[in-house]
Amino acid sequence: MAALDTPMSVVEVAREAYREALPALSVSLVAGLLSGVVLGGMQDELRVVSGLLMLVPAFLATRGNVFGSFGARLATALHQGLIEPRVRGGDERLRAAVTAALVNALLVSVFAAVATYFVLTLLGLPHASLLTLVAIATIAGALSGAVLATAVVVVVFAGYRRGYNPDTIVGPVVTTTGDVFGLLFLLLAVRVVLALLGGGG
Amino acid sequence: MLPILFVLTLVELGSGLVLDSFEATLLQFPSLLVLVPVTIGTAGNLGSVLAARLSTALHLGRLSFAPDDEVLAGNAVATVALSFTVFPAVGAGAWALSALVAETQLALATVLLVATASGAILAVLAVLVTIVATYAAYRFGLDPDDVVIPVVTNVSDVLGVVVLFAVVQIVV
Repeated sequence: MAALDTPMSVVEVAREAYREALPALSVSLVAGLLSGVVLGGMQDELRVVSGLLMLVPAFLATRGNVFGSFGARLATALHQGLIEPRVRGGDERLRAAVTAALVNALLVSVFAAVATYFVLTLLGLPHASLLTLVAIATIAGALSGAVLATAVVVVVFAGYRRGYNPDTIVGPVVTTTGDVFGLLFLLLAVRVVLALLGGGG
Repeated sequence: MLPILFVLTLVELGSGLVLDSFEATLLQFPSLLVLVPVTIGTAGNLGSVLAARLSTALHLGRLSFAPDDEVLAGNAVATVALSFTVFPAVGAGAWALSALVAETQLALATVLLVATASGAILAVLAVLVTIVATYAAYRFGLDPDDVVIPVVTNVSDVLGVVVLFAVVQIVV
């Protein structure tokens, strides 16, 4: 960081911004490519379950929106001394925050599946049954939610105890874990639902 | 919290609908399918890094929303420069990884061109969206730290898919 009181030229500002952002962007690039490989490997499932592709951006964004804000709240609570950075001991506030995040993630995933079904029906586009889409969103939402909540709590607590600012770790943890595990669990959920319910129609 | 999440989900479904409409092309060329999450994710990351920096500069009193503001211009230039660094790597990575998992292949040059062109357009759009959202938050007396990043990442998801779709229509 340059001294805050000396005005910087455009080139100096640009150079500093570039240097500071590149490492984080490169890490999330690798995670993004990995999740792309999972999506690329889902071709068969995408063909069988019409409408699944429409669900993908909403599903991935929900991970970021819900657990990004959960992580930010957790970081603030740690800063304010409202919670202790320990998983064990069953802190009341921590349990309530985790439950709220999981419930939000599930509700929004199911809402996305229902909305996908109705939009595709209204537009007369091919779509899987409502049950198939909702079942996939529920299973994938619950599994990825559990992994993300655990990852956020463990990484933020461990980072805080080692003296890192939890505010700066939350974002990268959520985006990298969220994209990769989000799509992996989506793939798993599709396979489970197809095995139980048969073809998506 | 929940009403905002529902609204953001509806925004994302718009991006899903665009994806759904070019599903046939995506399934035909898996390297394009591999590009989807990383392209929309990187566009959102470029925007949220810029948003965090502008918000901090605003809080420190170092940012004015004038066209000749050094902080604004420097960060905008850095965002575009970052996109020209990161997106060719995105294209090369998507091409190489899909070569491992799929049979049908686009040429490396095609995938590089799709990724780099989409990235450049998205960087400019991310800069515009971020500056407008930060300015709006500032004018309405909201803390940009709270509102700008969700707006920028979700809007980037939609723009990412639309731009990717447009570039694929022209290039592939």
